[in-house]
Amino acid sequence: MTEIPEHLLKRAQAARDKAASQAAPAESAAPAAEAAPAGGGDSRIPAHLLERSRAAKSKRDGGAEAPAAAAAPAAAAAAGGGAVAAPGIPLAAGPGGHTQRLLTVVKSGSIQDVKSKPQDKVHTWPHLLIIEFVAALFILAFTTIFSVFVNAPLLELADVNKTPNPSKAPWYFLGLQELLTMFHPMVAGVTIPGMGIFLLILAPYVDKNPSNKPEDRKFAISLMTVHLMFWAVLVMIGSFFRGPGFNFVLPWRDGLFFEL
Amino acid sequence: MAKTMQGSPAQRAQEALTNLNNNVQGSQAWSSIFRPGSIFRKGYSDSPRNRSYVIMNSVLYHLHPVKVKRHAVKVSYTLCLGGLSFFLFILLTVTGIFLMFFYRPTAVNAWTDIYTLQTSVTFGLLVRNMHRWGAHLMVLSVFLHMARVFYHGAYKPPREFNWVIGVILLVLTLLLSFTGYLLPWDQLALWAVTVGTNMMGYTPVLGGQVRYVLLGGAEIGTDTLLRWYVLHVLFFPFIIVIFMAIHFWRVRKDGGISGPL
Repeated sequence: MTEIPEHLLKRAQAARDKAASQAAPAESAAPAAEAAPAGGGDSRIPAHLLERSRAAKSKRDGGAEAPAAAAAPAAAAAAGGGAVAAPGIPLAAGPGGHTQRLLTVVKSGSIQDVKSKPQDKVHTWPHLLIIEFVAALFILAFTTIFSVFVNAPLLELADVNKTPNPSKAPWYFLGLQELLTMFHPMVAGVTIPGMGIFLLILAPYVDKNPSNKPEDRKFAISLMTVHLMFWAVLVMIGSFFRGPGFNFVLPWRDGLFFEL
Repeated sequence: MAKTMQGSPAQRAQEALTNLNNNVQGSQAWSSIFRPGSIFRKGYSDSPRNRSYVIMNSVLYHLHPVKVKRHAVKVSYTLCLGGLSFFLFILLTVTGIFLMFFYRPTAVNAWTDIYTLQTSVTFGLLVRNMHRWGAHLMVLSVFLHMARVFYHGAYKPPREFNWVIGVILLVLTLLLSFTGYLLPWDQLALWAVTVGTNMMGYTPVLGGQVRYVLLGGAEIGTDTLLRWYVLHVLFFPFIIVIFMAIHFWRVRKDGGISGPL
């Protein structure tokens, strides 16, 4: 049998004493019962809301029995319940009118795994939400202002018989188009990007190193950097260094052959 | 009656305002809209309890827990990239719906519709620009988000599968952008898509069929336009929203964002 910790026993005893001392005067003196809930009773309900509901009630009742109506239900319950139940049993003792009893004490760790160290946490509101809101506003402002000054391209109507020179894919596929100059289309267009995606998906299952500290995972970081740089460099070359016939050009000498 | 006439005008105005406020906030309509405990129902004053209620009693609870790790709110850790990708998706949805009102996906109308949108529709040019630049920005932010997550080792257990979903989201983002690329039906769109789909035609075994299904024919034409339009405005958004929902849900279930380095 689990021992009940001393502080819980103390708390239960204190609650019992408080309930007993409240039940006794409630039956004799009504004004005392009225004062109790208004003063130190349920602190969760803000004062202005209590005021509002009391005003609404008194308006409904014609204002005649305003003080009686305002008297807490606790008093009524105590008076009504006292007749049937044995005195001393706390009625409507809890904040929501519940009667709570200590049934058992479950030691931490027996059912739930309680973390040994409590984490350092902050409230999402305001700390995180404000950052997110500002970030969203910033990106919205950036997109809007950029769109005011830079127009999206709209070239002449599509014509199947007029192939522009060079014909380029969207920028994020220009790495693939660059590969097309070196490999067979199946390798450049399907195999290599397919492998790239597949390796990305496999990353968490291949990388068994549990640490997330940069100094512990130099190999993983270098590999990923090489991978990302591979695509970034190919996209750059495809975007800026390829001109008519998809031949190599220098943008500062031959101009830019690139549309977003 | 006589009672209400007492006091200075300022006092009476104050009283009328309080009454109005009480009538609105006490009405059934108001209390049916805002859940018990909502700050719009009981008023907001800065306290730990109310800070919790802001999240707990609003739809935000689907996205965020009441409390987050302290390092998670450091901008230098995440650079907000995931959130910005999501925000850009919302921005693209809003601007995209606007564009849909003025666009018909046929080879005869598409280019003219875009041209008319730019020249004769109020804010048409601006909204199209925002849609296009937003799309490029989203590809970029999703890519950078992936890089950020990798360099923080945030794909490690228990977050392995969320990384996989993230890679799927990256592919879906590229597909969304690529299907949208054809829709203006100008020379840039037509030939960029020609280059792209020719590559897909080299898929082993199924290459020819894949290309035929994607183009809705042997060559890019009005059928391709309709097909890619539906993919762009309905199919891929539908799929990506499902994956995003799982992605966000997993972020929380796997223990919030990854720990500090």
